[in-house]
Amino acid sequence: MAPLLEPSTGFKFDNVKRNQMLADKGHLLPRATKTGTTIVGLVYKDGVILGADTRATSGPIVADKNCEKIHFLAPNMYCCGAGTAADTEFTTNIISSQLALHSLNTGREARVGAALTMLKQYLFRYQGHIGAYLVLGGYDVTGPHLYAIQAHGSTDKLPYMTLGSGSLAAMSVFESGWRAGLSRDEGVELVKDAIEAGIFNDLGSGSNVDVCVITKGNVEYLRGYSTPNQRVAKEQTYRFAPGTTEFIVPNATAQRSEEEGTAMDVSA
Amino acid sequence: MPQLKPGEISMGTTIMAVQFDGGVVLGADSRTSSGTYVSNRVSDKLTKVHDRIYCCRSGSAADTQAVADVVRYHLALYTAQHGEEPTVKVAASLFQQICYDNKDNLMAGIIVAGWDKVDGASVYEIPLGGSIHKLPFTLAGSGSTFIYGYCDKLFRPAMTKDECIEFVKNSVSLAISRDGSSGGVIRVAAITEDGVERQIVHGNNLPQQFLG
Repeated sequence: MAPLLEPSTGFKFDNVKRNQMLADKGHLLPRATKTGTTIVGLVYKDGVILGADTRATSGPIVADKNCEKIHFLAPNMYCCGAGTAADTEFTTNIISSQLALHSLNTGREARVGAALTMLKQYLFRYQGHIGAYLVLGGYDVTGPHLYAIQAHGSTDKLPYMTLGSGSLAAMSVFESGWRAGLSRDEGVELVKDAIEAGIFNDLGSGSNVDVCVITKGNVEYLRGYSTPNQRVAKEQTYRFAPGTTEFIVPNATAQRSEEEGTAMDVSA
Repeated sequence: MPQLKPGEISMGTTIMAVQFDGGVVLGADSRTSSGTYVSNRVSDKLTKVHDRIYCCRSGSAADTQAVADVVRYHLALYTAQHGEEPTVKVAASLFQQICYDNKDNLMAGIIVAGWDKVDGASVYEIPLGGSIHKLPFTLAGSGSTFIYGYCDKLFRPAMTKDECIEFVKNSVSLAISRDGSSGGVIRVAAITEDGVERQIVHGNNLPQQFLG
């Protein structure tokens, strides 16, 4: 019998039948970690500012209270990701490595438009099954650029935008506060306010605000720029004084019975 | 029947193109929606595929952007390969080939319009199935249904460029006021032998009409 030829790249669907059988028996599949999320980007006087919250959810549970949603693409480009956490992580990693090779091939700093085309053509090819919703911002030789990329492969070029479940809350802040030619401090404050609107009004977003300021030739990655959800000090302590639990038999050890079964072979 | 996949961005849209002696005028609204949320209220649905050939996109934003990118690539190569500038007919045929061959997987309603040395001004419509229709003027998108009567009554074959621009602005404005999937600003592009002139009409400057 000839060996099965497996594709070396791309998705593997071997477990689909097994998962279906398990689901039929009543075993619920673990839900993919989604980033719920509020991500924003805006263009200001000297460049772009990206912002994101830091909560990753798995259904109703918070899977990560302080995850990083602003991903590195190139020294002059960063990308916020909403949607399925694994998809945003791996999509940005793949395109980041392609950009590095592209930069070496051309001998030039990569342009934001190049990253945009690579991302949109990659996501369009998978027809929306890769759940990556991205806010791409960067500064290249042609100036500052900000793009929104949807999972199905459509893109928008805008001076300010929000994505994710908290996008409506954040957009209300931007629509009332954005104007052309903001200063750096005004821009960062506006981004912080927009993300905090998502953190406090959207259940899928929470924890801290990460900010990334990209200007000509310089990137400031402000991890944890605002931490409005720090855990308060506990009001009481749960330490028990030694001697609280009374021993009936002092220094007793567990009774081991020898006859039950054979010992596990741990020689190898 | 192709349908938008859940979560896919739709360009609800009102788009139109009108031919006059010496050029074409294209018009579009600027709303792209995701369900009931407007994801981009100032989008540009008039996409350049060559120096004097533009297309108006309606349907799925992802599909039409991808198709337009492929056509733009082919037209960019055309001059080097054929030794002459591509005509609007060539552009429209390229769109048609892609839309027809992939009709099961695409949701794209496209209008191709422009000016070339061979045929002068041309307007082509390529609806969902991938058929091609050469017309003196045409409308597409969800908002177009509200203005067919208005456009049929007011269109004249011998309009000037400025009359066409007024016609397009008035028509798109009426469609925006009746169609929930159309809105934002009105983008207009006038293409002649001399080049492309782009205009924008903001929401507060829309033409006079019954507002209730």
